[in-house]
Formats: sequence, structure tokens, C-alpha cells
Amino acid sequence: MFGYSGKILHIDLTERKHWVEEKPEEWYKLWIGGVSMATRLCWENITPGCDAYSPENPICFANGIFAGTPVPVGGKYGLASKSPMTGLIGDSLSGSWLSIALKRATWDGVVIHGASEDWIYVFIDDDRVEFRNAENLLGLGTFATEEAIRDDLADDQVRSATIGPAGENMVRYANVTNDGRQAGRTGHGSVWGSKKLKAVSVRGTHGIEVADPATLNKLSFDITKAAQGPHTSKYRILGTSTNVLNMNKLGLLPTRNYQEGVFEDAEKVSGEFLHENHKVKTIACAQCPIACEQMSVVKNGPWAGAMTGIEYECLFANGPNLGVNDMNAVIKLIEVADQGGMDAMSMGISISWAMESYEKGVLKKEDFKSEQYPDGIELSFGNGEGAVAVAEMIRDQVGIGKLLGQGTKIASETIDKERGTESYKWAMHAKGLEPAGYEARGLKTFALGSAVGTRGPCHNRTAAYDPDISGEVDRFSVDETRGELAKSSEEYAAVYDTLPLCKFIRRCFTGSADRAGAWPMIVDLINATTGWDLKYEDIDPIGERAHTIKKAFNIREGWKREDDVLPYRWMHEPMTIGPSAGHFTSSEELEYLKDLYYKAKGWTEDGMIPKKKLESLGMPDVAEQVGV
Amino acid sequence: MAVSTSKFNYIDCDPELCIGCQICEYVCSYTKNGEYNTYRSRIRTVRVDEVLITAIACRTCENAPCVIACPQKALSQDPNSGTIRIDPKKCDGCAWCIDACDFGAISMNHETRLVEFCDQCENEPEGPQCVLWCPKEALALTTPEKRAQKSRRELIKQEVIGPKK
Repeated sequence: MFGYSGKILHIDLTERKHWVEEKPEEWYKLWIGGVSMATRLCWENITPGCDAYSPENPICFANGIFAGTPVPVGGKYGLASKSPMTGLIGDSLSGSWLSIALKRATWDGVVIHGASEDWIYVFIDDDRVEFRNAENLLGLGTFATEEAIRDDLADDQVRSATIGPAGENMVRYANVTNDGRQAGRTGHGSVWGSKKLKAVSVRGTHGIEVADPATLNKLSFDITKAAQGPHTSKYRILGTSTNVLNMNKLGLLPTRNYQEGVFEDAEKVSGEFLHENHKVKTIACAQCPIACEQMSVVKNGPWAGAMTGIEYECLFANGPNLGVNDMNAVIKLIEVADQGGMDAMSMGISISWAMESYEKGVLKKEDFKSEQYPDGIELSFGNGEGAVAVAEMIRDQVGIGKLLGQGTKIASETIDKERGTESYKWAMHAKGLEPAGYEARGLKTFALGSAVGTRGPCHNRTAAYDPDISGEVDRFSVDETRGELAKSSEEYAAVYDTLPLCKFIRRCFTGSADRAGAWPMIVDLINATTGWDLKYEDIDPIGERAHTIKKAFNIREGWKREDDVLPYRWMHEPMTIGPSAGHFTSSEELEYLKDLYYKAKGWTEDGMIPKKKLESLGMPDVAEQVGV
Repeated sequence: MAVSTSKFNYIDCDPELCIGCQICEYVCSYTKNGEYNTYRSRIRTVRVDEVLITAIACRTCENAPCVIACPQKALSQDPNSGTIRIDPKKCDGCAWCIDACDFGAISMNHETRLVEFCDQCENEPEGPQCVLWCPKEALALTTPEKRAQKSRRELIKQEVIGPKK
């Protein structure tokens, strides 16, 4: 077998032992890698219905087919556990050298069971597993932890996925971080914290062989060169932060906790401003010839020297969404999140909920007391200094940070119960996860994609905003095409997330990113790596199967049709200014859209999956457990 | 930092352009050993502090310290190219050359117990494969004098036209 070793490593933190599970080639042909294989491993190894913080919730890594080869943007791994944010599948991807080290250590996947009594980190040294004391790493930031481990093991090629102080303190939306990249969104870091697992470090020394290296090299070389052209210039030059002004023009830039879609100071927190005034270097993930990460620094003022990579989602959440127009504060906020190891989107949106709550009198100045601010903080929109202080309280889990570190769902429910208020009306979450930086009130297809997202509302798992923004459909109304569009978009994304390949390469194969443009070369890449004989028509089922196993996981954890919703504000309040003013998605519209979507997926009206559907996708064991 | 005084060509990396993707290492290990394995690469990327990134291969030093340090007289320097030759019969894998190299550019092959050096892909018709593949043109086969000339030209451009964007 090429491209795979056929081996999954199981590690038990409770018993401090490990064992090897061998998988047949047919299993790999179904699950491939990335989020698909990670979710499948989670399906196989979790105790259904367990608490996300219990030892029965496993940490599941899955490698990619192309990790460690020259295939551009193929160095990524998938990570899955039950999410403490949603109680459903938490599946993330991270661009990384970790996947390559794992591949060279000959592991297709790693499943970590149980929980440790003392803080440890796990060192996977080829086929040897070591449980090492992590007491001296506690409190270190994410990058500092990686460096400390490389020093400890005296090898620069040791790669680590770590948690920062936020994960140690079990901030619910803490991330797992490697090489400055995040396996983000669904709270993996707090799951690791619940197991007292500070890091997973890997050294892999074996070479990687593929079925047809001459073909793979030729294809990879051509894609590498194509990736320097116009198809990636947006990512290479300004990075995704260029979206700030684009979204603002469309009235879709979430502003002041998603009250409006237009920010009057968008210029001051734009990708263009960042490029001119703060950017120090563009860097790449492992095996990536594009390089989109814009490393940016604060040059003066109280946060001088703060530096981190800035991209659009973090930028909107901590800039316009907080009403903050000071780029120095935005960079500092994102640095606190990245080095502290927490999701900068959920953090920013939790703070914006607190700001609106303060302005509406639900939270008071004295609620924000800390050692540094004994009288509290006047946390109005635009208060960048206050936001930084609150972000650090979240990371350290002190004062109001304890509440805001739970995310907007639990924070609003707690306060409303305690004070008899209605802050749930501006708690921006669905299924417990904070949404992306696209105002879905002006994007009806994306509203559907967000509502039905298996890990909550997400911009990575669906690109259903594309037909809305391109004008293929009217973005302010609904019609019978939307179910099919939402299905098509999420399954297209699932193919990339499964291989995995970064979606930023999608136009570099032939210039056209649609299935006809991308799938033929993806077929060639898979076949040259594995020696398989896949055809064009085999690619779509990879995406459908990946999406279906996530949905099946959710059904087994108790998902119901009524869980596919949008944040209250998106369903009840229109925006009042800008090109998207006057619109929202009513309950009637959303239910109509969900009907269309479930039908397009071949599911029942309740959103359940027929046995036959699951069997046709090659998962009879899943059909037996959740099929109807 | 240690500086090569060589008149010979070597693989140079511009740290301003290097993005740290490591593609050079995959291509090198494949070209020289038929497998993708950064441990077997003769060029190494280095990342310090997230944004300080470059790649290093043999600098073909004049009076190369590795050759002088070798107690087995297993190393010699090609008088034309400056690349380091190894006599596999004599090398016993003691790693003194690795110690002696100011650039950390020599690596040990743990299977053969022999040290390995960048030979600038002398057997490849297209020349060094890392230079060919580098997506950002950060790598170049150059000499210290050519590099100095490039720096002088950059300087004058910056002084007349302004800093490059």
C-alpha cells in the first residue's frame, strides 16, 4: 500500500500504554484522511453520549494522503473529538509539519484515550511512545511550548501540537496549535486540558514512498508554479484580510456584535492598512507554495512588539465586531488568542456579546473588575484597551473571563437566569458555536449552509456564500435552488477537507475551481500517490461520505431537526443601514430552506438518514446504528 | 554570523523571500535518495521566532574546515566546484566535520553512517533541483561576489526609487 502505512496508533493516557490497530486498504478507500478519517476514528472509539470532558471522549488525529510529498498544500491533518461547544462532532484541520512528522513515523492516525492524572506530553518517536512530564511547560504560550519541547529533545525536526494557557484553564473554545497554525473552532484545546495533555510531539525519520513519483513530481511542479500566478494573488499579497473592505461594500461586515453590516472605520482595520503599516513577513504552512499568512507587528504604544499572523476571520471578530478601529489593539487581541491558544473568532464574539450587554445595562462596570482594574472596565464598543484586558482575563480564567470563556451560549444563559435578562437575543451562536464573518442576513444561501453545519455555522465547511455574492442567485430571497446549492457547496468543501488540501489551491489546477476544473487533477494526484485507479466519478462520493459520517455522528449524539437554526438576531432583526439593510431569515424561510436541503441530501423530513442511503455510501455499520 | 570566504558557487537563500515551506527539502531528499524525507535532505530550512526563516546548504568554504577537521582524511574539496567529496571507505561517521561546520550544513545518514553534503546536483542536467522548485525564487546558485553585487544593486535601487514594497 502506498500513501498509507495501514496502521493507527492508539494511546491510553489513563493506563499509560499504547497499541497498534491495522486497517485494510478498503477502509482507507472509504475514509481517505483529514476530517473524514478523523471523524470515522471518533465514531469508532467514542462512548456515545459521553461528556466532551470525560475520558471516554477520544482525541483523533488523521493524516492526509499527500503529507510529506511535494504535492502543494497537502501537509495538513484532521483532528476530531466530541466538541464541548456543541456536544456534536468537533472536526478541525490544521496546516502543519506535524502531519509530515506523523507520516514519517508511519502513522496514518492516532487515537488518544483516557485522561492523565498529572500534566504530561506525549512523545511519538517513530514507533516508540513516551509519556513525559509537562509540569515545567505549564503556563507557556503555544509557540514557546513548541520551542521548549524542541530544546528538551534537542531536535529541530520534532513537531508538536500544543495547548496554551487557555487550554490548560479549559477555556471552552481553546485551540490546539502547531507551528503557529490552529486546529480551531470547536474547543479541542479544552478537551486536551481535561485530559491534562499539554502537547503531542512527533519525530518521524522514515522516508515516504509513493506509487509513481515521476508523475507526482511533474504534477506537483506544475501546480507549484501555477500557484505563483493570478489565481492566488489575493492570498499571497494581502491575504484573506482583503475581505474587510469587500464585505463592508456589500454591507456584510459584522459590526458591533453583528448589529450592522457596515463599519464606518473599515479602512483603518483593512487588509490594505495592515499591509502598509504592520506587515513584517508572509509565511507558509508546511509544503505550501502560496504562503498567505501575513505576520504583522505592533510598532509602538503599550503593545509594541506584539506579533502574530492576521487573517480575515480573526480580524473581523476583533476589529469591526468590537467597534475597534485601532489596528494595534486588534493585533494584540489576536496575539493573546494565538499565543494563549484560543479561538480568536469565538473569543472576539464573546467579548462583543459582553460589550453589547454592557451598553444595554445587563453587565455593569463592576462585573469587569480585576487586579489590574479594581474599579472595573467601561466595556463599550470601541474600547480596545478594555477588550485586551478582558481577553487576558479569559485566557487566565479570572473574573469575568470565567463566564466569557464558556462562549456566548453558556454566558448568555447563565446571565439571563441569574438576572432575568434577555441577552440571548444578541448571543451570536448556533448550536453553541459563534458564526463566521459573513453577515448571513444578506446571504440567504449561506444562511442555510450555516444553519445545517455539522460543527455549527462555519465558513470553512460551506462556501454557500459564493452563489450569493457572485450573483448566481438573489442573495436577499429564497427559492427552490438553495437546497441543492448548499449540498453541493458543503460536499465540495468536504473533498478538500478529507484529502486534505487547502482550498486556496483550488484555481491552480486548471484555472477553474469547479468540479470539472479541479477533480481530474485531484484524481491524478491520488492515483500517483496511492497506485489506486480512481475515476472522476469517485471524487464526489468522497465528499458526500465525509459529510455523512459527521452527520451520523451528530444523530447518534442526539441531534434533532430543531437544532439546525441560526442565531436569534439573524432570524428576528433586520440590519438598518447599508446595502443589506432590511433583511433577515425568518423562521418560515429557514424551515422551507431546510426542507429543500434535506430533500437534496436524500434524507427524511426530520433530517434523518435512510438506511439505504448509508449502505449505498459503503457504511452498513452506520446504517445499523442510526439509519431509518 | 559566520561568513563563507569562498570563490565557489553555493546554494544561497534570501531570508526575506523564504516562506519556510520546506519544498526544497522534499525535492533534495527525493533527488539524492529516492524518498521524501527531510532528515535525508542536504539543504535544511531553519525557522526561529516564527518570522526568521532561511535555508542552508554547504557553503563550499575555501580551506574548508570540515576537510581540515576530518581525522580519517576522508574528505576532499573539488578544486573546480568547491564541493566536498567523501571517500566512503575512509569515513567512519565520527561527525567531527559536523562539529567543524559553522553553518550546520552537513548531515549524517544514519543508515550508511556516512556524512552527506550538498553537491549542487552536479549530475542533474537542469542543475540544483531546490533552486528549480523554490516557489518564491528565494534560492539561487551563487558566489559571495555575485551576492555582494546583487546587494549593491538593491541598495542603489532603494536609494533612488525607495524601499521595495
